[in-house]
Amino acid sequence: MTKTPDRPQVPSLEIHDLTVAYHQKPVLWGIDISITSGRLVGIVGPNGAGKSTLIKACMGLLPLSSGWVKFFGEPFSRAATRIGYVPQRESVDWDFPVNVMDVVLMGRYGRLGLLRRPGKADREIARQCLEKVQMLPYANRQISNLSGGQQQRVFLARALAQEADLYFMDEPFAGVDAATEAAIVAVLRELRDQGKTILVVHHDLPTARQYFDDLVLLNMRLVAYGKTEDVFTAELLQKTYGGRLTILSEVASALGTAR
Amino acid sequence: MNELLPAFDFHHVVVAPWTDYLPATGAWMLMGFFVTATCGLVGNYLMLRRMALMGDAVSHSVLPGLVIAFLITGTRGTWAMFLGALLAGVATTVIVETIHRKTRVKQDASIGVTFTTLFAIGVVLVSVYSSQVDLDAECVLYGEIGNIAALDEGGIPAPLVRMGSVLIGVVLLITIFYKQLLVSSFDPGLARSLGVNTTATHYGTMIVLSIVAVSAFEAVGAILVVAMLILPGATSGLLTTRLARMHGLSVVHAALSTVLGVHLALALGSQIAPAIVVAGAGLFGLAWVFSPTQGLWLRWRKPAKPGTAPAEAS
Repeated sequence: MTKTPDRPQVPSLEIHDLTVAYHQKPVLWGIDISITSGRLVGIVGPNGAGKSTLIKACMGLLPLSSGWVKFFGEPFSRAATRIGYVPQRESVDWDFPVNVMDVVLMGRYGRLGLLRRPGKADREIARQCLEKVQMLPYANRQISNLSGGQQQRVFLARALAQEADLYFMDEPFAGVDAATEAAIVAVLRELRDQGKTILVVHHDLPTARQYFDDLVLLNMRLVAYGKTEDVFTAELLQKTYGGRLTILSEVASALGTAR
Repeated sequence: MNELLPAFDFHHVVVAPWTDYLPATGAWMLMGFFVTATCGLVGNYLMLRRMALMGDAVSHSVLPGLVIAFLITGTRGTWAMFLGALLAGVATTVIVETIHRKTRVKQDASIGVTFTTLFAIGVVLVSVYSSQVDLDAECVLYGEIGNIAALDEGGIPAPLVRMGSVLIGVVLLITIFYKQLLVSSFDPGLARSLGVNTTATHYGTMIVLSIVAVSAFEAVGAILVVAMLILPGATSGLLTTRLARMHGLSVVHAALSTVLGVHLALALGSQIAPAIVVAGAGLFGLAWVFSPTQGLWLRWRKPAKPGTAPAEAS
């Protein structure tokens, strides 16, 4: 367990004893994680394990029952402009009267302050971000005319426009085509290589193993956190997913194919 | 000739409103336009935030607000009435939110519980204190634009000034907070992660809605104001896919439905506010059928095979 000794630094994300409850029922219990910069981290676990809850709680979108979260050594409110967020695609109304450019420009709002409107420089950044996800030709499209994969790319472009140092992404690969999935992975790796930290909620175990440097195995409690090759073991995955047979056979085949 | 409808008098219905009657019809049209445009702009956001029902809720809670303010202050002064109704509107919002958050009752049900209860309290108070409270039920429900003084009767009528100021206020607020309104309506999760105070945006919208509902109450009452809130946005939503244009078209819809509504009211000898709503609904129907991107005509056209277009019968 060698922890990047070359860069002793404040962790990008430090979660301490985080507990979250819905209607008095705890959904996350005493989570402790510390993540350094330049890591691409997958958050995996069964349905209802609290994966989305974890990232929402980190950003203060949900009230915490106990514990605290720090970004670059500061509370969320002071580090907000350094944090990017990609919500689940289904969380928004795609019939909303905006076009692709409008959505990507929303990524700039955090840097504009209370009253300023996005200007020429912001549009240029938005255009570059759309180019990166190969969506520039769609800039003037109404968002309801996009496929699922295209919608996800727009969300990714919006996150890029935030120019953040740490990103939370909630199931960015859900319901997208293979080309989009590959494009997203490429962008995530590029961000990682620029020294940014990316946390991705992910539900597909075989690909989780390929995509992520580190994995957070979650099932209400933190089962394990570490380098993918260290924690992607039958024992830990069984602990995470319990006795769900279909998942276990999926795990077995995932372990098998990779050998 | 026709027993059911008054005979159509071209001069009375079409010409006179712009000539002989103009001092009166002008005041009606301005008031109708101010009310419909203000409601329409606020309604755009209600619709996009899936809170169309909140318009219904807040407008109904105006009644108990007015009655309680009257019982406390003993006057029917504009400011007392205004404050009472405004507080009632805000109280409705807070109660709806509290029920929705603290229990498992969903938001639509909690709206249904809240505003009907408040309205019922208003009705009970009116009947208990009927000797002191002089409220015309018809006026409460439908309002009356025709009560406004004509333009030539010494200065601009006060209701026009009030409603005009509210319209200007709403336009200013939307211009200033466009960004926050847009992002918090489209993606509340992202908005909060960007540091936009979505709670403040929500309550701000509800306070503005209360002010609008109170100001429009006298002219259009508690029920028709809901149509004014929703029709412009619903119509323009069929015609455009950009929020800024939707605002513009809502104002156009407000102007057209008001002018058409005043003419309709004169033709039928009806009240004005309901006629405006009927005209506005007619425009909604037209937009539904003829929208360039999602109109029904597109679907009617498609199944027809090429070359078999029916010959025009004359």
